[in-house]
Amino acid sequence: MKAYDLIVVGGGPAGLAAAVEARKDGVEDILVLERDRELGGILQQCIHNGFGLHVFKEELTGPEYAERFIDELKELGIEYRLDTMVLDINDERIIHAISKAEGFVTLEAKAIILAMGCRERTRGALAIPGYRPAGIFTAGTAQRYLNMEGYMVGKKVLILGSGDIGLIMARRMTLEGAKVLGCVELMPFSGGLTRNIVQCLNDYDIPLMLSHTVTDIQGKDRVQGVTVMKVDENRQPISGTEIQFDVDTLLLSVGLIPENELSKGAGVQLDMRTRGAIVNESMETSVPGIFACGNVLHVHDLVDWVTDESRRAGKFAAKFIKESEIIEETSIETVPGQGIGYIVPQRVRPSQVNQVLELFMRVRDIYVGQTIVVRVDGKEVQAKRRGHMAPGEMERVKVPVSLFDGPGVKKITIDVEDR
Amino acid sequence: MYDVAIIGAGVIGTGIARELMRYQLKVIMLEKENDVADGTTKANSAIVHAGYDAPFGSNKARFNVEGNAMFDQVCKDLDVHFKQIGSLVLAFDEEDRPTLEELLENGKRLGVPGLEIIEADRIREIEPNVSHTAVAALWAPTAGIVGPWELAISYAENAMDNGAELRLNTEVTAIEKKENKFVLTTSTGDVEAKLVVNASGLHADDIYNMVAESEFTINPRRGEYFLLDNEVSDLVNTVVFQCPTKMGKGVLVSPTVDGNIIVGPNAEDVETKDEINTTAEGLAFVREKAKLTIEELPFHMTITNFSGLRAEPSTGDFIVEESKQVLGFVNVAGIKSPGLSSAPAIAVYVAETICVGILGADAKKNPAFNPKTRKKLRFEGLSDEKKEDLIRVEPSFARIICRCETITEGEIVDAIHRNAGARTINGVKRRCRPGAGRCQGGFCGPRVVEILARELKISPMEVELEGKDSHILVGETKGGAGE
Repeated sequence: MKAYDLIVVGGGPAGLAAAVEARKDGVEDILVLERDRELGGILQQCIHNGFGLHVFKEELTGPEYAERFIDELKELGIEYRLDTMVLDINDERIIHAISKAEGFVTLEAKAIILAMGCRERTRGALAIPGYRPAGIFTAGTAQRYLNMEGYMVGKKVLILGSGDIGLIMARRMTLEGAKVLGCVELMPFSGGLTRNIVQCLNDYDIPLMLSHTVTDIQGKDRVQGVTVMKVDENRQPISGTEIQFDVDTLLLSVGLIPENELSKGAGVQLDMRTRGAIVNESMETSVPGIFACGNVLHVHDLVDWVTDESRRAGKFAAKFIKESEIIEETSIETVPGQGIGYIVPQRVRPSQVNQVLELFMRVRDIYVGQTIVVRVDGKEVQAKRRGHMAPGEMERVKVPVSLFDGPGVKKITIDVEDR
Repeated sequence: MYDVAIIGAGVIGTGIARELMRYQLKVIMLEKENDVADGTTKANSAIVHAGYDAPFGSNKARFNVEGNAMFDQVCKDLDVHFKQIGSLVLAFDEEDRPTLEELLENGKRLGVPGLEIIEADRIREIEPNVSHTAVAALWAPTAGIVGPWELAISYAENAMDNGAELRLNTEVTAIEKKENKFVLTTSTGDVEAKLVVNASGLHADDIYNMVAESEFTINPRRGEYFLLDNEVSDLVNTVVFQCPTKMGKGVLVSPTVDGNIIVGPNAEDVETKDEINTTAEGLAFVREKAKLTIEELPFHMTITNFSGLRAEPSTGDFIVEESKQVLGFVNVAGIKSPGLSSAPAIAVYVAETICVGILGADAKKNPAFNPKTRKKLRFEGLSDEKKEDLIRVEPSFARIICRCETITEGEIVDAIHRNAGARTINGVKRRCRPGAGRCQGGFCGPRVVEILARELKISPMEVELEGKDSHILVGETKGGAGE
């Protein structure tokens, strides 16, 4: 059994940033395990630009953004393994992994950072009726075929769901000569970034059909047609509103789900809202010494925030390794109130917060000119008006530790209020 | 010339082929689709019924009870997943108790072992999650679950291991009866055989009509299903049926051999024999009906829906006989539920009693017959030591392709190169499960395309999802696929 100070599971943007940060904080003995044939994760297939505006103050493509971290990782001499699949992790931080190069290996770590990313929701999860022909792809799978393998997946395309990957693929497929007939969204608002709606749909005259959904798929072998219907306020199709699309391809961009099968195996407690681990301000899960960051924790809108969060995980993992003490301190719980879908971190130990606590959250609806109100055990401590908030864009709220560090504090609640 | 040409390579046709190979016979399976097990065999409840409900004296009753008793051995020989987990028929009303008693009596008369009626407390012991409205149940310990396409694929493989031939994408378009043989016109050339076994499922009447005026018709009756994530695999432990009532037959909730939960089916007569689509109404019906068994069924854990068509015979019973009009033409038709449960018994009966009976002295025992398929290696589930050993011998088992189900490259390559091997993405999925998990092939799809193309020496653009025209990729991007 080989022992490391830190093992990072996943070599995407989260794992890379976490590993680099931990090394900078003095952890010598780090191993990054990546299941794909190269580092960088999903960024490698995101060949469009728009990455890095916050972290690097410039606009990079996905592979360029990844390359900065990969270069740094290599310069720092951090060990990594490609084509290596972690089979299981236990709560004593023992990892089983396999690869063609090394076979079946058992590894041990003082700390583990979970950075496995997420997967896409599928047609099956939506129970869309109809046939089950070829030509139905999740947007990310289609993106991989186009950008990594060099193959086109269809010529006439309809997109269900207005998540960012779907929007990006609307433009990508169009640029490759396909006809994208529309983007259909069940909700009355898009799940993607506004800039993607503008740059990927509007600029190419691709209609965004809000409050519509796919109700039937035709074609025995390959997709031959897709039926779309308008939905009412309960998201039920309204009869008589059928629109028939003559397409050979249906792309799905209907949500991402953190991939936490390994975390569960390690006994990590999950949050039903995020479907990721419950973590504290140090990105530490319910299992001491196991940390989580990036899309395995909660689905982010921008990779820049993944980097921020992962650096934090790397930093605290380093601290854990060096101090190897478990801090006995009662945590304050963060509670998503009215209009808030979830908050990360879910637990806070004030002694571990450096002056300002940063909370990540998603709102449930489109809000214009509404106020984010922070309450500590019911008492309002902060209220900030926001111009525009949407579920597709992550909100960040900074709360000075002085506002909640007191004896017996139990809850920090956040609500969206119309004031 | 073949001794026997079998039309249709579903679980019935492949089973018959395998049992015929116990004799020194030349046997060919003709399948119009791109793979074996591609019709009703791939889309059903995957249940091995105990066999208490068919009327005494019927083919269904006989073959089901006989077939059930054969499953253990057949699945051992063929390395097919089979679990004898037992079944419950739940009564939700005291009014339904007489129905349970009738089933019990009928089952006893048919020789179904171990049947008993149990009360609410025992139901709760066996199935803690079922609705508290269940007042009594018929317990049938011999019922089980099986991988239906797995069984057919392994039957085909074992038949081929023992010398049978398989021709895919071969549609029979005409059959001519000559003096001592049949001439079958097919989309891949003529086939001559002494005997024809019509195991063409939904199309058995159409095929029979090529040589005679069929005395029966086969009507497609659709059933729709939900398949739930293996995360909720402990929802039920046994096959849970609902007691048939005036309101209909009800739906079942059952584990599958792969650890998922299957819920369904409804029953709807459809117009054509290819309407394998699901419908909003059908799925809503199943959803609603299933709530009777388990109030809080986690439908949000659905990983896929599918539908299958039952081959509903106009006669109401299985048709398993040599045609009286056309000697040498054997109909094995109308094999709806409990068809899968009956398959091993039907296979033996058709092969030994009917075919060998007709061929007489021409059919000599095959001393070289090997009833066993080569073991399928499954990485997942091996002990750590066994995993290490396997990888040392065969490194391709160290490359995980499907992360949801932990399927290795080695397993996929083996599934492609076996007899009756995989040719398509869904063919690979049915043989070793990549893409059958919660991501439904999102991650492993491109990898499986790559492996199929490499192993079959074809372009990735020629890789099909399922049928002949179900290509996945339509061309290269402007940048091209390159290396």
